[in-house]
Amino acid sequence: MKICVCVKHVPDPNLPVQVDPATRRLIRDPKQSIIDPADEYGVETALRLVEEHGGEVVAVTMGPPAAEDALRRAMAMGADRAILVSDEALAGSDVLGTARALAAAIRPEQPDLVICATESTDAYTGLLPGALAGLLDLPQLTFARAVSVEGSTVTVQRATETGYQVIQATLPALVTVTASVGEPRYPSFKGLMAAKRKPIEVRDIAELGLEQHTVGEPGARERVLEISAVRQVKQGRIVVDDGTGESVEEILAFLRSIQVV
Amino acid sequence: MSQARVLVVVETVAGEARPAALELFGAGRPLADRLGGDLVALVAGSGVQAVAGLAGELGADRVLVADDPALAEPVVARVARAVETALAAADPELVLLPATTLGRDLAPLLAGRFRAAHLVNCTRIELEDQAVVATRPVYQDKLLTTVRAPRGRRIFITARSGAFPVPEPQPGRQVSIEPLAVSFTEADQAVTVTRLVEKPKGQTNLESAPVVVVGGRGVGSAENFRLVEELAAAIDGAVGCTRAVSDLGWRPHYEQIGQTGKNVRPKLYLGVGVSGAVQHTVGMRGSDTIVVINRDPNAPLVKMADFAIIGDLFDIVPRLTKRLREVRGKA
Repeated sequence: MKICVCVKHVPDPNLPVQVDPATRRLIRDPKQSIIDPADEYGVETALRLVEEHGGEVVAVTMGPPAAEDALRRAMAMGADRAILVSDEALAGSDVLGTARALAAAIRPEQPDLVICATESTDAYTGLLPGALAGLLDLPQLTFARAVSVEGSTVTVQRATETGYQVIQATLPALVTVTASVGEPRYPSFKGLMAAKRKPIEVRDIAELGLEQHTVGEPGARERVLEISAVRQVKQGRIVVDDGTGESVEEILAFLRSIQVV
Repeated sequence: MSQARVLVVVETVAGEARPAALELFGAGRPLADRLGGDLVALVAGSGVQAVAGLAGELGADRVLVADDPALAEPVVARVARAVETALAAADPELVLLPATTLGRDLAPLLAGRFRAAHLVNCTRIELEDQAVVATRPVYQDKLLTTVRAPRGRRIFITARSGAFPVPEPQPGRQVSIEPLAVSFTEADQAVTVTRLVEKPKGQTNLESAPVVVVGGRGVGSAENFRLVEELAAAIDGAVGCTRAVSDLGWRPHYEQIGQTGKNVRPKLYLGVGVSGAVQHTVGMRGSDTIVVINRDPNAPLVKMADFAIIGDLFDIVPRLTKRLREVRGKA
């Protein structure tokens, strides 16, 4: 089976976020960006399915040239090859523009399964998978906590607020995964070395047959007016335990100061 | 009855409205008033007549009731068909859905079908003459964005749960309750539900407890959670856990805090062996005070903490429990 797994290069969520006051956009420093941790679950799911059934995993992303880094990480985990959709005309794309670009890259691959994370760690809308399923005309099975394939049927445990549903569809289909699908593997040294030699195809919008007015800033229907910090990351007190019991007294003093004890 | 302006989609489960769906009335009633039109509620499910009455008491002027055994289970394509039927009947400008797993699947599907704008996971919705302006949290709630969608076309909006208050019910309001017949197509069956599995229910006061003691993967085993339980007992706190811990089966799912678990905002959150993955921190970010015991000074939760002890929890937690018992007279 062939699986296309969508990944995104995002600012490292463990670092403080910075907003450019002039452009009101998130400062995206490629050196401080990583594969979206949520996408590693999608890569892991794809790898496990291909290990079981045979086939190929293709990582797909849209972004500037630096987004290659996210694809290399997916290939270091075990993906076979990758597609980078990159074009200056794609800058400022909204969800629909992004979905159009990814769909144009994925369609010729004719995958059995497209796997996405439920939502990205940065923009956090969770809209892309639905738009992609719509454009590719695939049934979508969302919020997966487990994914299995038998013959031409994909079965998903779909997490809900009250438990989970077991849902099925005939392949090809699109699945979105949650962190419950299983811990993503850490790339081995061999994997990291191999990833350097694996092929990445770079596609611009002309090669994908996309018209400029349907993507990027001109194609966007939603406009971001403003972005602002919710609150500063706290500057809390950090005490290193030295085994004398002093740190425990310090916690107690702190708990008294907030009147919990 | 005047022109329908706002439709709220009331999601039901086992004949009862989901709490997040009732909050839509808090968001939708003021919008309908501003627009000078009716607030219409779609109640979709099976055996949902009581919910229809409640929708009227909460502020709907008109309630469309799609009461059909086919809607007993939350199947996205079928509920989408019910919403489409309601849209044809009421023709509202704004459509509000809850940001539940069902709502988050429904809204993009419908927005795609109608080529309409979709404002996601909103915490504020404001009307301007030419546009709807909405605020939503992004980047694991670290930032807020304000987005604008032009009016004149239908707009789909999902409301974040907890952002809008459920209005006080007003019994005896004038309301029109109408049945809505939905015809399903074959395409609505592309995804089929073969089974429903309920989470084990259990007793916990996690969401209301002023002190919550949370154990993460660093606790190491189900047996070691005894340390967390004893600490919680010594400080009169409730026990919580991370997703990794409930996935490993060390603790029941109903104690899980975070994206796929519960949201807590206690006076004191005390994290033991919790690294602070974003999937967890979205569920505890609103805590008044965060205290952390962890080996790793670079753990994300240490950076969020008001007070962090870097060290071995197996050393520190028993000592802290003992001292708490002493000072609180529970020794």
